[in-house]
Amino acid sequence: MQRLSLFSVLLLTVGIVSCGSGDGESQASANDSANNAGGGGGSEPAAEAPKAEAQPWDASKGTASVTGTIKFEGDPPKVRKVDMGSDEHCQEMNAEGVMDEGAIIAADGGLQNVFVYVQKGLSDWTFTAPSETASLSQEGCTYKPHVLGVQVGQTLIIENADAVTHNIHSFGKKNKTFNQTQGKGGADLEVVFKKTEVFIPVKCDIHGWMNTYIGVVDNPFYAISAADGSFDLGKLPAGTYTIAARHEGFGLQKQEITIGDGESKSIAFSFSE
Amino acid sequence: MASGKSRGFGLFFAIVTVAIGVAVAWGFSRGWLPEVASEHGKGVDGVIHYLMWSTGVLFLVGHLALGYFIFKYSKDQAQANAAVSHRTEAKAAIAPVLAMMAVSEIGVLVVGLPVFDEIYGEAPADAITIEVVGKQFEWLVRYAGPDGVFGKVDPKLVHDSRNPLGLDKKDPAAKDDIVKRGVVTIPVDKTCVVNLRSHDVIHSFTVPFFRTKQDTLPGFTARTKFVPTKEGQFELACAELCGLGHYRMQGKVVVMNNEDYEKWLSEQESWL
Repeated sequence: MQRLSLFSVLLLTVGIVSCGSGDGESQASANDSANNAGGGGGSEPAAEAPKAEAQPWDASKGTASVTGTIKFEGDPPKVRKVDMGSDEHCQEMNAEGVMDEGAIIAADGGLQNVFVYVQKGLSDWTFTAPSETASLSQEGCTYKPHVLGVQVGQTLIIENADAVTHNIHSFGKKNKTFNQTQGKGGADLEVVFKKTEVFIPVKCDIHGWMNTYIGVVDNPFYAISAADGSFDLGKLPAGTYTIAARHEGFGLQKQEITIGDGESKSIAFSFSE
Repeated sequence: MASGKSRGFGLFFAIVTVAIGVAVAWGFSRGWLPEVASEHGKGVDGVIHYLMWSTGVLFLVGHLALGYFIFKYSKDQAQANAAVSHRTEAKAAIAPVLAMMAVSEIGVLVVGLPVFDEIYGEAPADAITIEVVGKQFEWLVRYAGPDGVFGKVDPKLVHDSRNPLGLDKKDPAAKDDIVKRGVVTIPVDKTCVVNLRSHDVIHSFTVPFFRTKQDTLPGFTARTKFVPTKEGQFELACAELCGLGHYRMQGKVVVMNNEDYEKWLSEQESWL
Protein backbone atom coordinates (compact mmCIF):
# COMPACT_ATOMS: atom_id res chain seq x y z
CA MET A 1 0.00 0.00 0.00
CA GLN A 2 2.83 2.34 0.98
CA ARG A 3 4.64 1.46 -2.24
CA LEU A 4 1.52 2.17 -4.20
CA SER A 5 1.13 5.57 -2.52
CA LEU A 6 4.76 6.45 -3.19
CA PHE A 7 4.33 5.40 -6.81
CA SER A 8 1.17 7.53 -7.12
CA VAL A 9 2.96 10.58 -5.71
CA LEU A 10 5.87 10.09 -8.13
CA LEU A 11 3.46 9.70 -11.05
CA LEU A 12 1.58 12.83 -10.04
CA THR A 13 4.83 14.78 -9.72
CA VAL A 14 5.99 13.66 -13.17
CA GLY A 15 2.55 14.59 -14.52
CA ILE A 16 2.64 18.07 -13.01
CA VAL A 17 6.19 18.71 -14.22
CA SER A 18 5.25 17.57 -17.75
CA CYS A 19 2.17 19.75 -17.77
CA GLY A 20 4.25 22.71 -16.61
CA SER A 21 6.87 22.28 -19.30
CA GLY A 22 4.19 21.78 -21.93
CA ASP A 23 2.64 25.08 -21.01
CA GLY A 24 6.00 26.78 -21.26
CA GLU A 25 6.50 25.39 -24.73
CA SER A 26 3.15 26.62 -25.89
CA GLN A 27 3.92 30.06 -24.47
CA ALA A 28 7.20 30.14 -26.36
CA SER A 29 5.46 29.06 -29.52
CA ALA A 30 2.79 31.70 -29.08
CA ASN A 31 5.50 34.32 -28.64
CA ASP A 32 7.25 33.23 -31.81
CA SER A 33 4.00 33.31 -33.69
CA ALA A 34 3.23 36.78 -32.42
CA ASN A 35 6.65 38.05 -33.43
CA ASN A 36 6.01 36.86 -36.95
CA ALA A 37 2.50 38.17 -36.87
CA GLY A 38 3.43 41.47 -35.36
CA GLY A 39 5.43 42.69 -38.31
CA GLY A 40 6.53 45.77 -36.42
CA GLY A 41 6.65 43.76 -33.22
CA GLY A 42 9.85 42.80 -31.52
CA SER A 43 11.77 45.22 -29.41
CA GLU A 44 14.43 47.79 -30.12
CA PRO A 45 16.65 49.42 -27.53
CA ALA A 46 14.27 52.18 -26.48
CA ALA A 47 16.70 54.44 -24.64
CA GLU A 48 20.12 54.48 -23.07
CA ALA A 49 20.59 54.24 -19.29
CA PRO A 50 20.92 57.54 -17.37
CA LYS A 51 24.43 58.59 -16.33
CA ALA A 52 25.51 58.19 -12.72
CA GLU A 53 25.42 61.97 -12.24
CA ALA A 54 22.01 62.32 -13.95
CA GLN A 55 19.63 64.82 -12.37
CA PRO A 56 15.87 64.54 -11.90
CA TRP A 57 14.16 66.12 -14.90
CA ASP A 58 13.44 69.83 -14.57
CA ALA A 59 10.64 70.86 -16.96
CA SER A 60 11.88 74.47 -17.02
CA LYS A 61 14.94 73.27 -18.99
CA GLY A 62 12.73 72.13 -21.84
CA THR A 63 12.88 75.05 -24.28
CA ALA A 64 13.54 73.40 -27.65
CA SER A 65 10.74 72.12 -29.85
CA VAL A 66 10.97 69.07 -32.05
CA THR A 67 8.12 68.47 -34.45
CA GLY A 68 7.93 66.70 -37.77
CA THR A 69 6.02 64.76 -40.36
CA ILE A 70 5.99 61.19 -41.48
CA LYS A 71 5.26 60.25 -45.07
CA PHE A 72 4.74 57.02 -46.90
CA GLU A 73 6.51 56.78 -50.27
CA GLY A 74 5.37 54.53 -53.07
CA ASP A 75 2.10 52.80 -53.84
CA PRO A 76 0.07 52.70 -50.65
CA PRO A 77 -0.98 49.22 -49.55
CA LYS A 78 -4.63 48.29 -49.95
CA VAL A 79 -6.77 49.31 -47.01
CA ARG A 80 -9.68 46.96 -46.41
CA LYS A 81 -12.59 46.63 -44.08
CA VAL A 82 -11.91 44.40 -41.12
CA ASP A 83 -13.53 40.99 -41.62
CA MET A 84 -15.38 40.27 -38.37
CA GLY A 85 -17.30 37.35 -39.88
CA SER A 86 -16.30 34.95 -37.14
CA ASP A 87 -18.23 36.88 -34.46
CA GLU A 88 -21.71 38.08 -35.34
CA HIS A 89 -21.89 40.28 -32.22
CA CYS A 90 -18.82 42.20 -33.40
CA GLN A 91 -20.39 42.49 -36.85
CA GLU A 92 -23.59 43.88 -35.35
CA MET A 93 -21.61 46.49 -33.42
CA ASN A 94 -20.01 47.65 -36.67
CA ALA A 95 -22.82 47.57 -39.19
CA GLU A 96 -21.02 50.15 -41.36
CA GLY A 97 -17.75 48.27 -41.16
CA VAL A 98 -14.41 49.28 -39.70
CA MET A 99 -11.31 49.99 -41.77
CA ASP A 100 -8.08 48.21 -40.86
CA GLU A 101 -5.73 50.56 -38.99
CA GLY A 102 -2.53 48.72 -39.95
CA ALA A 103 -1.54 51.36 -42.52
CA ILE A 104 -3.52 54.60 -42.53
CA ILE A 105 -2.11 56.86 -45.22
CA ALA A 106 -3.49 60.31 -46.06
CA ALA A 107 -3.94 61.50 -49.65
CA ASP A 108 -0.66 63.45 -49.46
CA GLY A 109 1.20 60.44 -48.03
CA GLY A 110 0.99 61.38 -44.32
CA LEU A 111 1.37 58.20 -42.29
CA GLN A 112 -0.67 57.79 -39.10
CA ASN A 113 0.06 55.68 -36.03
CA VAL A 114 3.85 55.91 -36.10
CA PHE A 115 5.39 55.89 -32.63
CA VAL A 116 8.08 58.59 -32.46
CA TYR A 117 10.36 58.86 -29.44
CA VAL A 118 13.72 60.06 -28.19
CA GLN A 119 15.91 57.01 -28.17
CA LYS A 120 19.21 58.60 -27.13
CA GLY A 121 20.39 61.92 -25.70
CA LEU A 122 18.58 62.19 -22.38
CA SER A 123 21.07 60.35 -20.18
CA ASP A 124 21.73 63.51 -18.15
CA TRP A 125 18.23 63.25 -16.73
CA THR A 126 16.12 60.82 -14.79
CA PHE A 127 12.37 60.77 -15.22
CA THR A 128 9.66 59.64 -12.87
CA ALA A 129 6.51 57.95 -14.08
CA PRO A 130 3.52 60.28 -14.42
CA SER A 131 0.75 59.84 -11.89
CA GLU A 132 -1.91 60.00 -14.64
CA THR A 133 -2.89 56.60 -15.93
CA ALA A 134 -2.82 55.63 -19.59
CA SER A 135 -5.81 53.80 -20.98
CA LEU A 136 -6.53 51.17 -23.57
CA SER A 137 -10.10 50.26 -24.39
CA GLN A 138 -11.68 47.36 -26.24
CA GLU A 139 -14.58 48.97 -28.07
CA GLY A 140 -16.58 47.60 -30.96
CA CYS A 141 -14.14 44.70 -31.17
CA THR A 142 -11.23 47.02 -31.88
CA TYR A 143 -8.54 48.48 -29.66
CA LYS A 144 -8.67 52.19 -28.98
CA PRO A 145 -6.09 53.54 -29.52
CA HIS A 146 -4.40 51.38 -32.12
CA VAL A 147 -0.93 52.55 -31.06
CA LEU A 148 -0.22 53.63 -27.53
CA GLY A 149 2.72 55.11 -25.63
CA VAL A 150 3.38 54.79 -21.91
CA GLN A 151 6.27 55.55 -19.62
CA VAL A 152 8.08 52.96 -17.55
CA GLY A 153 6.25 52.70 -14.22
CA GLN A 154 3.08 54.37 -15.49
CA THR A 155 -0.16 52.50 -14.85
CA LEU A 156 -2.06 51.37 -17.91
CA ILE A 157 -5.77 50.68 -17.41
CA ILE A 158 -7.28 48.21 -19.86
CA GLU A 159 -11.07 48.09 -20.05
CA ASN A 160 -13.57 46.02 -21.97
CA ALA A 161 -16.39 48.35 -23.06
CA ASP A 162 -17.97 45.64 -25.23
CA ALA A 163 -20.79 43.25 -24.48
CA VAL A 164 -18.61 40.39 -25.72
CA THR A 165 -15.69 38.61 -24.12
CA HIS A 166 -12.17 39.56 -25.16
CA ASN A 167 -8.83 38.03 -24.24
CA ILE A 168 -6.02 40.53 -24.14
CA HIS A 169 -2.61 38.98 -24.69
CA SER A 170 0.71 40.84 -24.74
CA PHE A 171 3.87 39.54 -26.40
CA GLY A 172 6.60 41.68 -24.90
CA LYS A 173 10.11 40.29 -24.81
CA LYS A 174 11.54 42.38 -22.00
CA ASN A 175 8.40 43.02 -19.98
CA LYS A 176 6.31 40.36 -18.31
CA THR A 177 3.55 39.22 -20.63
CA PHE A 178 -0.11 39.19 -19.67
CA ASN A 179 -2.87 36.99 -21.02
CA GLN A 180 -6.22 37.86 -19.50
CA THR A 181 -9.82 37.16 -20.40
CA GLN A 182 -12.17 40.09 -19.86
CA GLY A 183 -15.86 39.29 -20.04
CA LYS A 184 -18.73 41.72 -20.49
CA GLY A 185 -18.56 44.22 -17.64
CA GLY A 186 -15.41 42.52 -16.34
CA ALA A 187 -13.03 44.32 -14.02
CA ASP A 188 -10.45 46.63 -15.59
CA LEU A 189 -6.95 45.31 -15.87
CA GLU A 190 -4.07 47.37 -14.46
CA VAL A 191 -0.64 46.89 -15.98
CA VAL A 192 2.68 48.53 -15.20
CA PHE A 193 5.64 48.01 -17.53
CA LYS A 194 9.03 47.95 -15.85
CA LYS A 195 11.34 48.11 -18.86
CA THR A 196 11.62 50.18 -22.02
CA GLU A 197 10.37 48.28 -25.05
CA VAL A 198 9.17 49.47 -28.45
CA PHE A 199 6.91 47.75 -29.47
CA ILE A 200 5.01 45.35 -27.27
CA PRO A 201 2.49 43.73 -29.65
CA VAL A 202 -0.86 43.07 -28.00
CA LYS A 203 -3.69 41.06 -29.50
CA CYS A 204 -7.01 39.50 -28.69
CA ASP A 205 -6.90 35.71 -28.69
CA ILE A 206 -10.59 35.54 -29.52
CA HIS A 207 -10.78 38.07 -32.34
CA GLY A 208 -7.76 37.62 -34.59
CA TRP A 209 -8.08 41.02 -36.27
CA MET A 210 -7.73 42.93 -32.98
CA ASN A 211 -4.21 44.15 -32.35
CA THR A 212 -2.51 47.13 -30.81
CA TYR A 213 1.08 48.16 -30.21
CA ILE A 214 2.44 49.66 -27.02
CA GLY A 215 5.62 51.70 -26.94
CA VAL A 216 7.20 51.80 -23.48
CA VAL A 217 9.83 54.51 -22.99
CA ASP A 218 11.53 56.02 -19.96
CA ASN A 219 10.93 59.69 -20.82
CA PRO A 220 7.90 61.81 -21.67
CA PHE A 221 9.20 62.83 -25.13
CA TYR A 222 7.20 60.58 -27.40
CA ALA A 223 4.28 61.05 -29.78
CA ILE A 224 2.07 59.09 -32.13
CA SER A 225 1.72 60.57 -35.59
CA ALA A 226 -1.67 62.10 -36.37
CA ALA A 227 -3.87 61.49 -39.43
CA ASP A 228 -1.75 63.91 -41.50
CA GLY A 229 1.50 62.27 -40.34
CA SER A 230 2.50 65.13 -38.04
CA PHE A 231 3.95 64.70 -34.58
CA ASP A 232 5.18 66.91 -31.74
CA LEU A 233 7.68 65.59 -29.20
CA GLY A 234 7.17 68.51 -26.81
CA LYS A 235 9.79 70.70 -25.16
CA LEU A 236 13.24 69.14 -24.94
CA PRO A 237 16.40 70.54 -23.36
CA ALA A 238 19.19 71.62 -25.72
CA GLY A 239 21.28 68.68 -26.88
CA THR A 240 21.95 66.02 -29.48
CA TYR A 241 19.33 63.34 -29.80
CA THR A 242 18.55 60.18 -31.71
CA ILE A 243 14.91 60.34 -32.69
CA ALA A 244 13.38 56.99 -33.60
CA ALA A 245 10.13 56.38 -35.47
CA ARG A 246 8.55 52.96 -35.52
CA HIS A 247 5.59 51.72 -37.54
CA GLU A 248 4.04 48.34 -36.85
CA GLY A 249 4.42 47.17 -40.44
CA PHE A 250 7.05 49.39 -42.04
CA GLY A 251 9.77 49.07 -39.42
CA LEU A 252 12.09 51.45 -37.59
CA GLN A 253 13.91 54.61 -38.68
CA LYS A 254 16.27 56.88 -36.78
CA GLN A 255 17.60 60.39 -37.19
CA GLU A 256 20.12 62.34 -35.20
CA ILE A 257 19.46 66.01 -34.46
CA THR A 258 21.20 68.72 -32.50
CA ILE A 259 19.09 71.51 -31.10
CA GLY A 260 19.85 74.57 -28.98
CA ASP A 261 17.86 76.30 -26.26
CA GLY A 262 14.75 78.03 -27.59
CA GLU A 263 15.17 76.55 -31.07
CA SER A 264 12.50 74.73 -33.05
CA LYS A 265 13.32 71.95 -35.45
CA SER A 266 11.18 69.98 -37.81
CA ILE A 267 12.28 66.57 -39.00
CA ALA A 268 10.82 64.29 -41.66
CA PHE A 269 10.68 60.51 -41.83
CA SER A 270 9.83 58.56 -44.92
CA PHE A 271 8.60 54.95 -44.88
CA SER A 272 7.93 52.52 -47.67
CA GLU A 273 6.96 48.86 -48.01
CA MET B 1 -23.19 -24.58 2.63
CA ALA B 2 -23.80 -20.90 2.17
CA SER B 3 -25.54 -18.81 4.75
CA GLY B 4 -28.74 -16.94 3.88
CA LYS B 5 -26.73 -13.70 4.17
CA SER B 6 -24.21 -14.59 1.42
CA ARG B 7 -27.05 -15.76 -0.81
CA GLY B 8 -28.73 -12.36 -0.33
CA PHE B 9 -25.46 -10.54 -1.16
CA GLY B 10 -25.07 -12.75 -4.23
CA LEU B 11 -28.52 -11.84 -5.48
CA PHE B 12 -27.95 -8.13 -4.79
CA PHE B 13 -24.63 -7.97 -6.66
CA ALA B 14 -26.02 -10.06 -9.51
CA ILE B 15 -28.91 -7.61 -9.97
CA VAL B 16 -26.65 -4.53 -9.72
CA THR B 17 -24.20 -5.99 -12.27
CA VAL B 18 -26.93 -6.80 -14.78
CA ALA B 19 -28.69 -3.47 -14.16
CA ILE B 20 -25.48 -1.51 -14.91
CA GLY B 21 -24.99 -3.46 -18.12
CA VAL B 22 -28.57 -2.91 -19.28
CA ALA B 23 -28.55 0.80 -18.36
CA VAL B 24 -25.27 1.52 -20.19
CA ALA B 25 -26.31 -0.45 -23.28
CA TRP B 26 -29.68 1.33 -23.35
CA GLY B 27 -28.07 4.74 -22.89
CA PHE B 28 -25.64 4.31 -25.78
CA SER B 29 -28.26 2.85 -28.10
CA ARG B 30 -30.22 6.12 -28.10
CA GLY B 31 -30.01 8.64 -30.95
CA TRP B 32 -27.66 11.23 -29.40
CA LEU B 33 -25.77 12.19 -32.56
CA PRO B 34 -26.54 15.57 -34.16
CA GLU B 35 -28.32 15.71 -37.50
CA VAL B 36 -26.24 14.56 -40.49
CA ALA B 37 -25.60 17.23 -43.12
CA SER B 38 -23.07 15.54 -45.42
CA GLU B 39 -23.01 12.54 -47.72
CA HIS B 40 -20.29 10.60 -45.93
CA GLY B 41 -21.83 11.51 -42.56
CA LYS B 42 -24.32 8.65 -42.91
CA GLY B 43 -21.41 6.25 -43.35
CA VAL B 44 -19.65 7.63 -40.25
CA ASP B 45 -22.87 7.21 -38.29
CA GLY B 46 -23.05 3.64 -39.64
CA VAL B 47 -19.57 2.93 -38.24
CA ILE B 48 -20.47 4.48 -34.89
CA HIS B 49 -23.74 2.56 -34.67
CA TYR B 50 -22.08 -0.69 -35.73
CA LEU B 51 -19.46 -0.30 -32.98
CA MET B 52 -22.03 0.71 -30.37
CA TRP B 53 -24.30 -2.22 -31.15
CA SER B 54 -21.64 -4.90 -31.51
CA THR B 55 -19.67 -3.90 -28.42
CA GLY B 56 -22.93 -3.12 -26.59
CA VAL B 57 -24.23 -6.65 -27.15
CA LEU B 58 -20.90 -8.15 -26.04
CA PHE B 59 -20.94 -5.86 -23.00
CA LEU B 60 -24.49 -6.94 -22.11
CA VAL B 61 -23.74 -10.63 -22.59
CA GLY B 62 -20.67 -10.24 -20.37
CA HIS B 63 -22.70 -8.58 -17.63
CA LEU B 64 -25.48 -11.16 -17.80
CA ALA B 65 -22.90 -13.95 -17.50
CA LEU B 66 -21.17 -12.17 -14.61
CA GLY B 67 -24.51 -11.68 -12.79
CA TYR B 68 -25.40 -15.30 -13.35
CA PHE B 69 -22.07 -16.56 -11.95
CA ILE B 70 -22.25 -14.23 -8.92
CA PHE B 71 -25.68 -15.56 -8.07
CA LYS B 72 -24.90 -19.20 -8.86
CA TYR B 73 -21.72 -19.42 -6.82
CA SER B 74 -22.98 -17.40 -3.88
CA LYS B 75 -24.73 -20.64 -2.84
CA ASP B 76 -21.60 -22.65 -2.21
CA GLN B 77 -18.15 -21.15 -1.53
CA ALA B 78 -16.37 -24.47 -2.01
CA GLN B 79 -17.82 -24.93 -5.49
CA ALA B 80 -16.84 -21.38 -6.42
CA ASN B 81 -13.18 -22.06 -5.59
CA ALA B 82 -13.04 -25.34 -7.52
CA ALA B 83 -10.52 -25.21 -10.38
CA VAL B 84 -11.74 -25.84 -13.92
CA SER B 85 -9.76 -27.77 -16.50
CA HIS B 86 -7.15 -25.97 -18.60
CA ARG B 87 -9.17 -26.76 -21.69
CA THR B 88 -12.28 -25.01 -20.31
CA GLU B 89 -10.17 -22.05 -19.16
CA ALA B 90 -8.54 -21.74 -22.59
CA LYS B 91 -11.93 -21.83 -24.31
CA ALA B 92 -13.32 -19.20 -21.97
CA ALA B 93 -10.30 -16.95 -22.63
CA ILE B 94 -10.13 -17.36 -26.40
CA ALA B 95 -13.85 -16.96 -27.12
CA PRO B 96 -14.04 -13.24 -26.24
CA VAL B 97 -10.76 -12.55 -28.08
CA LEU B 98 -12.16 -14.11 -31.26
CA ALA B 99 -15.43 -12.26 -30.83
CA MET B 100 -13.64 -8.90 -30.46
CA MET B 101 -11.36 -9.62 -33.42
CA ALA B 102 -14.41 -10.39 -35.57
CA VAL B 103 -16.09 -7.19 -34.42
CA SER B 104 -13.07 -5.00 -35.16
CA GLU B 105 -12.11 -6.59 -38.49
CA ILE B 106 -15.65 -6.46 -39.82
CA GLY B 107 -15.82 -2.87 -38.63
CA VAL B 108 -12.62 -1.86 -40.43
CA LEU B 109 -12.92 -3.88 -43.64
CA VAL B 110 -16.64 -4.02 -44.29
CA VAL B 111 -18.12 -0.94 -42.64
CA GLY B 112 -15.17 1.47 -42.38
CA LEU B 113 -13.26 1.29 -45.68
CA PRO B 114 -16.03 2.61 -47.96
CA VAL B 115 -16.45 5.62 -45.64
CA PHE B 116 -12.68 6.18 -45.57
CA ASP B 117 -12.74 6.32 -49.37
CA GLU B 118 -15.54 8.91 -49.27
CA ILE B 119 -13.42 11.15 -47.02
CA TYR B 120 -9.95 10.65 -48.48
CA GLY B 121 -10.56 9.24 -51.99
CA GLU B 122 -10.16 11.08 -55.27
CA ALA B 123 -12.39 14.12 -55.74
CA PRO B 124 -14.58 14.55 -58.85
CA ALA B 125 -13.50 17.07 -61.50
CA ASP B 126 -16.15 19.62 -60.52
CA ALA B 127 -15.13 19.69 -56.85
CA ILE B 128 -14.32 23.04 -55.29
CA THR B 129 -11.07 23.36 -53.38
CA ILE B 130 -10.53 25.71 -50.47
CA GLU B 131 -7.74 26.18 -47.98
CA VAL B 132 -8.36 26.42 -44.26
CA VAL B 133 -5.58 27.54 -41.93
CA GLY B 134 -5.75 27.12 -38.16
CA LYS B 135 -3.96 29.56 -35.89
CA GLN B 136 -4.26 30.39 -32.23
CA PHE B 137 -7.24 30.91 -32.01
CA GLU B 138 -9.17 31.25 -35.25
CA TRP B 139 -9.76 29.67 -38.65
CA LEU B 140 -8.72 31.47 -41.83
CA VAL B 141 -10.28 30.45 -45.12
CA ARG B 142 -8.78 31.03 -48.58
CA TYR B 143 -10.37 30.74 -52.02
CA ALA B 144 -8.18 30.62 -55.12
CA GLY B 145 -10.05 33.44 -56.90
CA PRO B 146 -10.91 33.64 -60.63
CA ASP B 147 -7.58 32.09 -61.76
CA GLY B 148 -8.29 28.92 -59.75
CA VAL B 149 -4.71 28.87 -58.45
CA PHE B 150 -3.68 29.42 -54.85
CA GLY B 151 -0.88 31.98 -54.72
CA LYS B 152 2.35 31.63 -52.75
CA VAL B 153 2.41 32.36 -49.06
CA ASP B 154 5.40 33.24 -46.92
CA PRO B 155 5.41 33.04 -43.10
CA LYS B 156 7.64 36.16 -43.01
CA LEU B 157 4.83 38.20 -44.56
CA VAL B 158 2.23 37.16 -42.00
CA HIS B 159 0.62 40.04 -40.12
CA ASP B 160 -2.44 39.40 -37.97
CA SER B 161 -4.60 42.11 -39.50
CA ARG B 162 -2.89 43.25 -42.73
CA ASN B 163 -1.90 39.87 -44.17
CA PRO B 164 -3.05 37.00 -41.94
CA LEU B 165 -1.98 34.28 -44.37
CA GLY B 166 1.23 35.94 -45.55
CA LEU B 167 0.16 36.19 -49.21
CA ASP B 168 3.09 37.07 -51.45
CA LYS B 169 2.13 39.99 -53.67
CA LYS B 170 5.04 39.21 -56.02
CA ASP B 171 3.22 36.06 -57.10
CA PRO B 172 0.53 36.95 -59.68
CA ALA B 173 -1.53 33.93 -58.58
CA ALA B 174 -1.84 35.40 -55.07
CA LYS B 175 -3.33 38.70 -56.25
CA ASP B 176 -6.86 37.38 -56.70
CA ASP B 177 -6.92 35.07 -53.66
CA ILE B 178 -9.82 35.68 -51.31
CA VAL B 179 -9.28 35.39 -47.54
CA LYS B 180 -12.09 35.16 -44.99
CA ARG B 181 -11.99 34.92 -41.22
CA GLY B 182 -13.84 32.15 -39.43
CA VAL B 183 -16.52 31.47 -42.04
CA VAL B 184 -16.35 28.69 -44.64
CA THR B 185 -18.90 29.36 -47.38
CA ILE B 186 -19.60 26.47 -49.76
CA PRO B 187 -22.32 25.21 -52.13
CA VAL B 188 -24.68 22.37 -51.28
CA ASP B 189 -24.46 18.97 -53.03
CA LYS B 190 -20.99 19.64 -54.40
CA THR B 191 -17.75 18.00 -53.30
CA CYS B 192 -15.63 20.37 -51.25
CA VAL B 193 -11.93 19.55 -50.85
CA VAL B 194 -10.31 21.24 -47.87
CA ASN B 195 -6.55 21.64 -47.73
CA LEU B 196 -5.60 22.25 -44.13
CA ARG B 197 -2.56 24.00 -42.72
CA SER B 198 -1.57 25.30 -39.31
CA HIS B 199 0.41 28.42 -38.46
CA ASP B 200 1.44 27.36 -34.99
CA VAL B 201 0.34 24.22 -33.13
CA ILE B 202 -1.84 21.20 -33.89
CA HIS B 203 -5.47 22.08 -34.51
CA SER B 204 -8.36 19.88 -35.59
CA PHE B 205 -10.86 21.05 -38.21
CA THR B 206 -14.17 19.72 -36.93
CA VAL B 207 -17.68 20.11 -38.30
CA PRO B 208 -19.87 17.87 -36.13
CA PHE B 209 -22.90 18.06 -38.44
CA PHE B 210 -20.74 16.83 -41.34
CA ARG B 211 -19.04 14.18 -39.19
CA THR B 212 -15.77 15.76 -40.32
CA LYS B 213 -12.73 15.84 -38.08
CA GLN B 214 -9.25 16.29 -39.47
CA ASP B 215 -6.11 17.24 -37.56
CA THR B 216 -3.85 19.86 -39.08
CA LEU B 217 -0.15 20.03 -38.18
CA PRO B 218 2.33 22.87 -38.68
CA GLY B 219 4.56 22.12 -41.65
CA PHE B 220 2.12 19.74 -43.37
CA THR B 221 -0.88 20.11 -45.61
CA ALA B 222 -3.66 17.74 -44.59
CA ARG B 223 -6.62 17.09 -46.86
CA THR B 224 -10.21 16.12 -46.28
CA LYS B 225 -13.37 16.33 -48.35
CA PHE B 226 -17.12 16.23 -47.96
CA VAL B 227 -20.35 16.84 -49.83
CA PRO B 228 -22.77 19.03 -47.84
CA THR B 229 -26.34 17.83 -48.25
CA LYS B 230 -28.23 20.54 -46.36
CA GLU B 231 -28.26 24.31 -46.62
CA GLY B 232 -27.78 26.34 -43.46
CA GLN B 233 -25.16 27.31 -40.90
CA PHE B 234 -23.13 24.70 -39.08
CA GLU B 235 -20.64 24.95 -36.26
CA LEU B 236 -16.93 24.78 -37.08
CA ALA B 237 -14.83 23.92 -34.04
CA CYS B 238 -11.29 22.99 -33.09
CA ALA B 239 -11.14 19.52 -31.54
CA GLU B 240 -7.49 19.57 -30.51
CA LEU B 241 -6.56 21.38 -27.31
CA CYS B 242 -4.39 24.11 -28.82
CA GLY B 243 -3.89 26.60 -25.98
CA LEU B 244 -5.74 28.79 -23.52
CA GLY B 245 -8.13 30.17 -26.15
CA HIS B 246 -8.95 26.75 -27.65
CA TYR B 247 -12.53 26.84 -26.39
CA ARG B 248 -13.16 30.02 -28.38
CA MET B 249 -11.67 28.74 -31.64
CA GLN B 250 -15.03 28.57 -33.31
CA GLY B 251 -16.25 29.44 -36.76
CA LYS B 252 -19.10 28.46 -38.99
CA VAL B 253 -19.75 26.66 -42.23
CA VAL B 254 -22.38 28.35 -44.37
CA VAL B 255 -23.91 26.07 -46.99
CA MET B 256 -25.98 27.70 -49.76
CA ASN B 257 -27.34 26.69 -53.14
CA ASN B 258 -24.94 26.78 -56.05
CA GLU B 259 -26.40 29.92 -57.61
CA ASP B 260 -26.13 31.89 -54.36
CA TYR B 261 -22.63 30.56 -53.83
CA GLU B 262 -21.43 31.70 -57.28
CA LYS B 263 -22.99 35.12 -56.64
CA TRP B 264 -21.40 35.35 -53.20
CA LEU B 265 -18.00 34.34 -54.57
CA SER B 266 -18.16 36.90 -57.37
CA GLU B 267 -18.87 39.65 -54.82
CA GLN B 268 -15.84 38.88 -52.66
CA GLU B 269 -12.86 41.20 -52.86
CA SER B 270 -9.38 39.75 -53.26
CA TRP B 271 -7.16 40.22 -50.24
CA LEU B 272 -4.17 41.88 -51.90
